[in-house]
Amino acid sequence: MLINLIKIIPGLSLLALLAVWQGLATYLNSNNLPTPLIVGNVFWQGCISGQIPYHLGVTLLRLVASFSIAMLLGCAIGIVLGRNKKLDSFFDNWLVIFLNIPALVTIILCYVWFGLTEVAAILAVVINKLPNVIVTIREGARALDQDLLEMARCYRFGREKTLLHVVWPQLYPYIMGATRSGLALVWKIILVVELLGRSNGVGFQLYTFFQLFDVASLLAYTIAFVAVIQLLELMVLKPLDTKAQRWRR
Amino acid sequence: MIAIDIKSKMYPAKGRAGQHLAIANFQLAVDANEFVCLVGPSGCGKTTLLNIIADLDRDYEGSINFYQHQTHSKIGYVFQNPRLLPWRTVRENIELALEENPSSENIDALLEVMQLTQFQHVYPERLSLGMSRRVAIIRAFAINPDVLLMDEPFVSLDAPTARQVRSLLVSLWQQRPHTVLFVTHDLREAITLADRIVFLSSAPMQVIREIKVSIARSDRDNEKTTETFRQQLLHDYPELK
Repeated sequence: MLINLIKIIPGLSLLALLAVWQGLATYLNSNNLPTPLIVGNVFWQGCISGQIPYHLGVTLLRLVASFSIAMLLGCAIGIVLGRNKKLDSFFDNWLVIFLNIPALVTIILCYVWFGLTEVAAILAVVINKLPNVIVTIREGARALDQDLLEMARCYRFGREKTLLHVVWPQLYPYIMGATRSGLALVWKIILVVELLGRSNGVGFQLYTFFQLFDVASLLAYTIAFVAVIQLLELMVLKPLDTKAQRWRR
Repeated sequence: MIAIDIKSKMYPAKGRAGQHLAIANFQLAVDANEFVCLVGPSGCGKTTLLNIIADLDRDYEGSINFYQHQTHSKIGYVFQNPRLLPWRTVRENIELALEENPSSENIDALLEVMQLTQFQHVYPERLSLGMSRRVAIIRAFAINPDVLLMDEPFVSLDAPTARQVRSLLVSLWQQRPHTVLFVTHDLREAITLADRIVFLSSAPMQVIREIKVSIARSDRDNEKTTETFRQQLLHDYPELK
């Protein structure tokens, strides 16, 4: 009985949220807060017309591209800095500076320097995300177990085996951490990037709806976006996490 | 056979600038399949010596010669803590130490002797310290090493467990003789295990004395015999105390 209750609580809480929304919307009776039903209808229309899938797809493509570049580069640089004290002390200040540059500044600068292009958009996101990944992975590389590395050397694991069986499992939690915080950061920045300098994508659409005061469409896009990110978390990130942690007690 | 000849090994001095001499003029020859115990006070540089032999530490003056395989000698190292990969099972930990295509019968046999067959698919976190130590010993034997280095592998085990693992080690070694360098600070342990005991001094580490253990292997389980031997030894050479 208790277990069943715990299982349905998340569903119940969602329903409660919808009920509060519906209640507020009915009470205010304003275009600025449409009911869930109206938003649902707009969402459905947007899906049928292909508008939501198109803009969502464009945004997701930008997300995948910039996220992959930032993760790959960040991991490589992070490992090097974590294992090399001289390079680390040289670049440490750079990292602190880049970490503290507001996202908006990099976005504007990229557009000013490289024009309102796709490359500039992706570059802006990568520059925003990269220092974060580097700092996280550097921490992981610093924490690598020296004893296990020595063991691998003594038993002649070789480079490939050592990376795969000794280094990677130790870096994995840090990479997952960077992935999680990275996704949350990147998709927010991407919307701003699109709003400022692209003519498609969710960010661009949101800006249009803002100018039209079209709150129903705004909410419909928001829901679509949040749903996709949630799916990503449930279908990709969670299973990866469980698989990698199975050796833990 | 191994010939160890370390002219000097420096170590950064603790807390202040400069270095101190950790090992000086250290010579030792070990015969093939000989079981040698190195006994010395803790902190005298025994682990450093093993690391030099294992080629983990190259910052020294001198030479280590393995006469059979000049080019690349295989070294089985049982570290003081077991150093197993927590994310690999017992069996995977052993297999990883081997070159490609590990012979599964060999691993089966080793697991059998060390009484770990039923734990082979378990992750190390679920093992007791004594069991983890046994896995580390299997890993070292599995590669069929030219020399086996063991760095106080039974320290911090309770007495009965230590005795059990020790006797498992001896039976494994009698089945598959290897050249062993076994570091310990426990003279009783050395007497039960060694063909020859090498006594070491500290700072800088040097050989004080070498003693052949003249007790037959079959008599070494008898505590009276080993204890008499120990008393006699300390009586004859009071400097070893």
